[in-house]
Amino acid sequence: MDLFATALPALADAWALILQPIVLGYLVLGVVMGLAVGIFPGLGGIAGLSLLLPFMFGMEPVLGLALMIGMVAVVPTSDTFSSVLMGIPGSSASQATVLDGFPLARKGQAARALSAAFTASLFGGLVGALFLTLFIVIARPLVLAFGLPEMLMISILGLSMVAVLAGRVALKGLAAAGLGMLIGTIGIADAGGSLRMASYDFPYLTDGLQLVIVGLGIFAVPEIVSLLRQDRSIAKDASLGAGWMDGVRDWFEHKWLSIRCSLIGVLVGVIPGLGGSVVDWIAYGHAVQTTKDKSGFGKGEIRGVIGPESSNNAKEGGGLVPTLLFGIPGSGSMAIFIGAIALLGSGDIEVGPAMLRDNLDITYSIVWLLALANVVGTLLCIAVSGGIAKLTTIRFTYLAPFLFMLIAFAAFQSGQNFEDILALFAIGLIGIFLRRFDWSRPAFLIGFVLSNPVEKFSNQAFQIASFRFRKSFEEGIDYLFSPIVIVLLIVTVISVVLGLRQAKSIMAEGAVQSGSKRAPIVFLLVIMAYVVAALINANAIPDYNLTDKIVPLFIGGVTLVALLILLVQMILRPETDALFADKESAGEDADAPYGLWGTLAWFAGLIIATYFVGFILALAGFLVTFLRVRAQTPWGKTLVLAASGIALMCVMGGALNRDFPPGLLQEAATLPWPLT
Amino acid sequence: MTIKHLAASVAALAFAAAPAFAEVDFSGKTIEWVIPFSETGGSAKWANFFAPLLAQELPGQPTVVVKFMPGAGSTKGANWFQEQKHKDGTLLFGSSGSTQFPYLLSDPRVRYEYNDWIPVMATGTGGVAYLNPEDGANFDGSANGLKDVDLIFGSQGATGLDLVPLLAWKLLGMNVEPVFGIKGRGDGRLMFERGEATIDYQTSSGYISGAADLVAAGTAVPMMSWGALDEDGMIVRDPTFPDMPSFKEVCAATEGCETEGVAWDAWKAFFISGYPSQKIAFLPKETPQEVIDTYVAAFEAVRARPDFKEISSNEVGQYPMFVGEGAVKATHEATTVTPEAKAYVIDWLKTSYGVTIE
Repeated sequence: MDLFATALPALADAWALILQPIVLGYLVLGVVMGLAVGIFPGLGGIAGLSLLLPFMFGMEPVLGLALMIGMVAVVPTSDTFSSVLMGIPGSSASQATVLDGFPLARKGQAARALSAAFTASLFGGLVGALFLTLFIVIARPLVLAFGLPEMLMISILGLSMVAVLAGRVALKGLAAAGLGMLIGTIGIADAGGSLRMASYDFPYLTDGLQLVIVGLGIFAVPEIVSLLRQDRSIAKDASLGAGWMDGVRDWFEHKWLSIRCSLIGVLVGVIPGLGGSVVDWIAYGHAVQTTKDKSGFGKGEIRGVIGPESSNNAKEGGGLVPTLLFGIPGSGSMAIFIGAIALLGSGDIEVGPAMLRDNLDITYSIVWLLALANVVGTLLCIAVSGGIAKLTTIRFTYLAPFLFMLIAFAAFQSGQNFEDILALFAIGLIGIFLRRFDWSRPAFLIGFVLSNPVEKFSNQAFQIASFRFRKSFEEGIDYLFSPIVIVLLIVTVISVVLGLRQAKSIMAEGAVQSGSKRAPIVFLLVIMAYVVAALINANAIPDYNLTDKIVPLFIGGVTLVALLILLVQMILRPETDALFADKESAGEDADAPYGLWGTLAWFAGLIIATYFVGFILALAGFLVTFLRVRAQTPWGKTLVLAASGIALMCVMGGALNRDFPPGLLQEAATLPWPLT
Repeated sequence: MTIKHLAASVAALAFAAAPAFAEVDFSGKTIEWVIPFSETGGSAKWANFFAPLLAQELPGQPTVVVKFMPGAGSTKGANWFQEQKHKDGTLLFGSSGSTQFPYLLSDPRVRYEYNDWIPVMATGTGGVAYLNPEDGANFDGSANGLKDVDLIFGSQGATGLDLVPLLAWKLLGMNVEPVFGIKGRGDGRLMFERGEATIDYQTSSGYISGAADLVAAGTAVPMMSWGALDEDGMIVRDPTFPDMPSFKEVCAATEGCETEGVAWDAWKAFFISGYPSQKIAFLPKETPQEVIDTYVAAFEAVRARPDFKEISSNEVGQYPMFVGEGAVKATHEATTVTPEAKAYVIDWLKTSYGVTIE
C-alpha cells in the first residue's frame, strides 16, 4: 500500500507535466521526425536520436524527453511501411512482419495490412504503457530473477521458432539456421578475443557483420531483384483491393491475439540483454501456433502481421524497465537515450536505481509520453497509409533503382566502410540462393540474430555454473534449473514439437516447384564447403580459448550433419521431391522476362562505380542509365527522377550529418560535399 | 598596386597577426569531433557534453558536430586519424583508455602514434571496487582475509579498462575469476546484483549513480578506490571518495603486496593511462600554433564557466580537467610505460588469460 501512496501522486504529477500544449507540441515534432527517419529502411532510432543530441544540452527535461520519446516510439511503427510494401525489414523489430505483410501487399491488400499493423502497434504500445504503470514499481525483483541460464533459455526459445519457420524440409531449415549462426560468429570473439573466419589483414570482418546488412541482404535484395526481373508492379493487378478500414476490422477480430502478443512484447522487452530481435519471432510463432487453419501463413495471413506488430511496440515500453531502473540500455537507441538524459536540464536526472525513488514522476512521464507518441504516430501512419500503399501499383522498374540507392546508403551508414556495401551484395547473393532453393530465410536470420546471445549466455552460464558445482552439486543444479528455466524449457519443447508438425503447411516462400537435381546439389555443396571451412577455422583456435571455439564447433558440427543427411537424401530421391525446390524451374522467376545475373549486374554496377567515383556521382550515372536503358523512360522524366533521387540522398545525408561512400576519385581530388 | 598599397597591406597583415590566435576564426564553419566508438558509449557521452560548450567558446561560434567511427576496438578510428593532416583546424579527435591500452600493449592493429598528435584537453575518472556482503565481511582494510575465497567478476575483457582491477586483485593475492564477454560496466553491476558475480567495480560516475545505492541497502560492501594522482604523480586517496582506502593503502596492508617494483609500476602505468587521463581530445599533426592556442583558450574558457562544476558532475566528477600544457603532460603519462612494465603485463595476460598479443 505504501507503493500506491507514492505511485498515485507521481502518476498525477506526470500527467500534469505531459498535458501542457508545448510538451505535446514537442512530442508531435519528435513523432514527425521519427516517421521521417523510420520510413527509410535501415535507419532506426539510433540515427534519429543522434540527430537530436546536439539540441539536448540544457534543454528543459520534459521537453527534451517529449522530443526524444516521440522519435523513438514511432520507429517500430513507421518501419512497417517498408516491411509490408517492399518486403524490406525496416528494422530488426519488424523482420517477422515481412513474412505475411509483403504477400498481402502483393495481393493488392497493402492498405489493409498496413492499417492492421498500425492498429496492432498502437494497441501494443498502450497495453505496454498500462502494464508498466502498474508493474514498474515492483519490476526490480523480476528483472533480477533473470540470470544467465534464464536468458539463455529465452534465446533458445527464440531459436526454437526455427522449427515453425523451417519450411517443407525441416533439415533444410535447421541447416539454414545453423549457417546463420555460423555467419553470426564471424569476427573477434567476445569472450577470449580469438578471430573466427576473419583476419587482421582484412579488418572489416573482425567486427562481424551488422544486423542491418544481413537483414537487408537476406530479405530486401532477393525481393527487389525478383520483382525487377518480372517487370511488373508489387500488387499483382496494379490495383488496391482492400482499404484501411478492413485492416482495423481485422485487428478487432483478432484482438485477443493482439493482447497476448503485447504482453509477450512487454515481458521479453523487460529482460535486459535480449532486446527486440527475438520478440517479433516469438510473437510470430505464437500467432502461428494459436491459429487453427495454418495454411495461410507465409502467403498473406493477417494474423502473421498483427502478432509481431502488437509485440514490437509493447517491447519498447518493456525496454524502458532495464533502461530506467538499472541504467542498462536494452538497445542501441536506449543507450543514446541514457546519455541524452544526462545532458537535459541541469543534468540532475540520472537513470539508474535511484530513478524510481527520486524521479518517479519523470519515470511515469516517460512511460505515458511513449504511449501518447504511439497514438499520435499511429494516427498519422494510418492517415497516410492509403496513399503510400499506391506505391505498390507503380511499375516496379521505376522503384527499383531508388530501392538499390536506399539500401546501399543504409548499409553504408551501419559502419561507414565501403566494405559495408560489398557485404550487402555478398549477403544478398546468399539470400537470392536461399530463396531460389527454398531454404528458409527467416530461419537463417533467426540464427544470425541469436548467434551472439546464445554463445555469450551459454559460455557465461557455463562458467558460473562450474563455480557453483565446485562448491556443491546442489548449488550448481539450483543455479541451472531454476523454476523459470524449467518453465521455459517446457515451453520450448512444446513449441518445437508443435512447430515441426505445423511447419509443412507454412511456406514462407510460397509453393516452390522442384526442378532438376544439379543446381540444388551444387548450392548444398557450396554451403557445406563454408561450414567445413568454418569448422577447420574454429578448431584451429588454441584450447585455452575454449570459450571461443566451442560454440562454432558445436553449431558447425550439427549443421554439417544436417547437410550430410540432406546430401544423401538428394542422391537417393527422385528429382520431383520437395528437396529439389528451385524457383528457376517454374513459377514467377522462371517466367520472368529478365535473367537473374543481368538484373543483379545493375546493382553490381552501382557498387563498382561507387568504388571509382564515389557514391553520389555513381548514383547519378546509375539512375540515368537504368531509367533510360532498363525502364525505357523518356529523357525528361529520367532527368527529373534521377535529380529527385539525388536530392533525397543529399537531404538525408545532410540532415543526419552523414558522409557518402567515397571512391578512388575522392582520394585523388578534393571535391565539395556531397561529392566527397 | 602601388608600393604604398603593398606596404600598407603588409603592415596590416603583420598587425593583424600580432595577437596570434585572434586571427583564427571559425565563423560559419563546422568542426568535426571524431570519436572512434559508437554512438552509445561513454566517449560519445563525453564528446556530446563538451561539443556545445566548445562551440560557444571558439571564435566565430562554429557548429561542433560529433562523428562516430567505431570499429576494431577504436583502433580503426585512431588509424584513420593518424592519416589526417592539418587542413583548416576543423578536425578534432577523442581517444579513450580503450585506444591507449592497445597502443601501450603494441596490439598488431595499432598503426597510430600518439607522439604525432597534439593534445588540447584531457579528463579523467576514478574507480571503486566492491564486494558482496558475505565476503565483504572478511575485508578489514587488507585483503588478507580474502585470499582463500573464489570470487567471480563480470568482465569486458582483460585487455581493456578491466586490466586495472584484474591486475590489482592479482597483486593482492586474491582469486578473482573473470567471466568475459559482458558489454558495459552496467551489465557487470547487474550480474553482481543477481548474485552471479561476487565482486565488481565501477568508474566513479557509475559507482555514484548505481552501486552506491547497493552499498546503502547493504547488498554491497565497498572495498577500495583506485586512488588519484597528486601534483607529484603519487597515488593518494580519491577526493571523490575520501573515506575509502586507495588501492595503494590496501596493498600496503596486505601481506605479499608490494607498492614498488615491476608489478606495482606496471599497475600504476596502466592505471594512469586508463583513469586519471582517460579521455583526451587531439588535433591532427602539423596543426599550426595559433590554432592550437585557439582550442586551448576555448577549453580553458569552458573550464572557467561558473556553472562548469555543476553541469560537468556527470562527465568529469571531482577530477581535474587538463587543458593545454596539462593535457600534454597527461597524454605523456597516459601513453608511456617502461619496457619492464609492459613485458610484465603481456606475460601476465598470456599466463592468466591466454591472451597473446603478437
